[in-house]
Amino acid sequence: MADHLLEVCDLSVEFHTAAGTVKAVQNVNWHLDRGETLAILGESGSGKSVSASAVMNLIDMPPGKITSGRILLNGQDMLKMTAEERRRINGAKIAMIFQDPLAHLNPVYSVGWQIAEAVVTHGGPKDKAKARALDLLRRVGIPEPELAMGKYPHQFSGGQRQRLMIAMALACKPDILIADEPTTALDVTVQAQVLALLEELQAETGMGLLLITHDLGVVAEIADRVVVMNGGCIVETGNAAEVYRNPAHPYTRKLIDAAPGKGAMPEERDRSGAPLLEAVKLQKHYGAFHALKGVDLTIMPGETVAVVGESGSGKSTLARAILRLDDPDSGSILYRGQDLMTMHPRELFGLRRDLQMVFQDPTQSLNPRMTVFQLIAEAWVIHPDILPKREWKARVAELLEKVGMKPEHARRYPHQFSGGQRQRIAIARALAMQPKLIVCDEAVSALDVSIQAQVIKLLDGLRREFGLSYLFIAHDLPVVRDFADRVIVMKSGQIVEEGPVRQIFDNPVQPYTQALLAASLDPDPEVQAARRIAREELQQRIPA
Amino acid sequence: MSVTDIPTKTEPRERGAVSAWLSMLWADKLAFFAALFLLIVVICALFGPLMFGDLATRQNLRGRNAPPFDLERGWAYVLGADALGRPLLLRIIVAAQNTIMVAAGAVLASAIIGCGLGLIAGYSRKRAAQWIMRLGDVIMSFPSLLLAVIVLYMLEPSVANIIIVLAITRIPVYLRTTRAEVLEIRERMFVQAAKVMGASDRRIVFRHILPVVLPTLITIATLDFAFVMLAESSLSFLGIGIQAPEITWGLMVSQGRQYLTTAWWLSFWPGLAIILTTLSLNLLSNWLRIALDPAQRWRLEMRGRKNG
Repeated sequence: MADHLLEVCDLSVEFHTAAGTVKAVQNVNWHLDRGETLAILGESGSGKSVSASAVMNLIDMPPGKITSGRILLNGQDMLKMTAEERRRINGAKIAMIFQDPLAHLNPVYSVGWQIAEAVVTHGGPKDKAKARALDLLRRVGIPEPELAMGKYPHQFSGGQRQRLMIAMALACKPDILIADEPTTALDVTVQAQVLALLEELQAETGMGLLLITHDLGVVAEIADRVVVMNGGCIVETGNAAEVYRNPAHPYTRKLIDAAPGKGAMPEERDRSGAPLLEAVKLQKHYGAFHALKGVDLTIMPGETVAVVGESGSGKSTLARAILRLDDPDSGSILYRGQDLMTMHPRELFGLRRDLQMVFQDPTQSLNPRMTVFQLIAEAWVIHPDILPKREWKARVAELLEKVGMKPEHARRYPHQFSGGQRQRIAIARALAMQPKLIVCDEAVSALDVSIQAQVIKLLDGLRREFGLSYLFIAHDLPVVRDFADRVIVMKSGQIVEEGPVRQIFDNPVQPYTQALLAASLDPDPEVQAARRIAREELQQRIPA
Repeated sequence: MSVTDIPTKTEPRERGAVSAWLSMLWADKLAFFAALFLLIVVICALFGPLMFGDLATRQNLRGRNAPPFDLERGWAYVLGADALGRPLLLRIIVAAQNTIMVAAGAVLASAIIGCGLGLIAGYSRKRAAQWIMRLGDVIMSFPSLLLAVIVLYMLEPSVANIIIVLAITRIPVYLRTTRAEVLEIRERMFVQAAKVMGASDRRIVFRHILPVVLPTLITIATLDFAFVMLAESSLSFLGIGIQAPEITWGLMVSQGRQYLTTAWWLSFWPGLAIILTTLSLNLLSNWLRIALDPAQRWRLEMRGRKNG
């Protein structure tokens, strides 16, 4: 029994809510050894975070309740300990890092103070706390650690903040580090660096690393063993590479099949003829920040153009400029040869129908106080010439069926649906306008992998059915690979590389594109291992 | 926990919207009785002066400060009598009209004007927005009682003028709240989505932004109701509010003040009427906030089912 560092046996947790008792996890068993990386993989709502919360004593009781099970740390049952004993373990023996480091760093203290505080809280020597903090900052790769000690959390980038969190977590040399979606909010290149750092630190200290994630790529990159969860139960557990190659459970198989980036890349299209939309030399400043530095772009009818880039590259600004949500400072946007920038507002109103947008977060982009019917029919209220009122009901039903939902859903409100269903509603709303071009701004990045695959399939089907064009903004390269005809790579407001999807993925010319491709994670552990070697070579060639 | 599919309930649309709302009201017992009480107050306000106007103003010097719960003089004196021997119960019923008129008038006027200006100030980024906000600051920094004194000295202290004065002083509350909320909501994605569809500014403001702001405003308005009632009584106290023989609850409270040690009931009963009215409004607005929010409405629908 005592040979595992941390062991969870038969753990069941319930939550009492107004809608009844929810069994968050049922009879969950897993264990973690010294120097090992265990990944808990699952989609949202699978209960993947609950057992880790139970380990950290973070479950609010009530409404939560641990109904059965034991959590053994070095053979001792933590659930039988007093609150005082638990507190001594948290931080000192088991540390945790979270998805959003900004929310977990106190904005009014300097980071040096906060890390030193973490050392002192757990009985470290006061006089050496500062030196230890400096050590830690240096170890997690913060540039100019002496200066960084006096800085405040908002002065660091997202990746650096995650490094700071890691430094704080390591302050007391814990035996176990729990990382809850540590890289979900980060760009791919930064994600790769943070994962590499975690791996290095683990090798150095021999701690056990428990990684909670929804991303098969992260599992492939770093995990030794994997626990797959669905609906509060463990469906499969085993060696990461083994599970990927021979998934035993249908759910695991479904999850692996849904991972993007495996399909055949589309053939190059004929690009002669008049373009549907053309953007010429778009410029946009936000104060002193130069967000778009002369971007050119053409979209042919029926074509899917993907714009990829890291956060801050200007890809969303580009989308908003094309739809004139934020007017660019200079440049022109030609839609079928007409310049949208100089157009009279009344003519622009007519064109609004042709250019539609699907937003990243469907929870935000659907008005919570409108029914699905009202949401979809709003298009026809605004543009009464599309459809006479008596046909609205039938058309809404038709659109809902087209996006894979039921006509009776029309009476419900957005909060009664899951994230994937909401995104379908948003797509139905865009289709109600009978558009020619749909701009998808990270339209699938907030969705679970399996749902992501469904939505992409839906978009692809609609493209064929209606001859739609898409401008597909994404940070996730594998998704783009399956779906786009052309890829535009952006970096700090400029287009770095542009070409057919096959050319970009198979023969990237620019080092930035190469770095981006090398950093994206493949769900196959073997491919990932090869990619890692390639990445290391690349890093040696172009420092920083 | 991700709610994928809440079991479809056959929505009670067939039964008609009215009965659906009534059953939701019945689900919250406190709100139900609050609504009942407010209904009684409104009936008093509408028909009180017609039915009891004469009785309530008839003086009876032998019954000065008659104590409550004494049925010898008849049912009208069950709550006692005031300093001139007039029956308190009837006076409260009659006073309901002026009180509700002043309070509702002032609250409605200030809420509508303040909300309208707040929507403009929050939604447009033009200079008009600046002007509106500075105007709000001016009203805020000007002592409201002083403003009332000046206006009511110059104009005749009639019900309409009192409503105007009270409304002006309360505008900034709605103005600022609305503007702050609009500034946040206008950046939300669903407003952007409406813009992409080509929705007009009017549609965005009234269809997308206003419904989200409204619950907050309703809550403030009900709280303000009590404030306005008391403000009106302090105007009456200064002699520039409602003039006798017209009566309001606030005026009755301030008239009874000098007898507080010997005849507490003079101030107590009208005070109680003010408290109960405000409390009822609060309970009802709380219910309304839940009933208007589609994401919260199930609480009422569920409870309704369990009880009946």
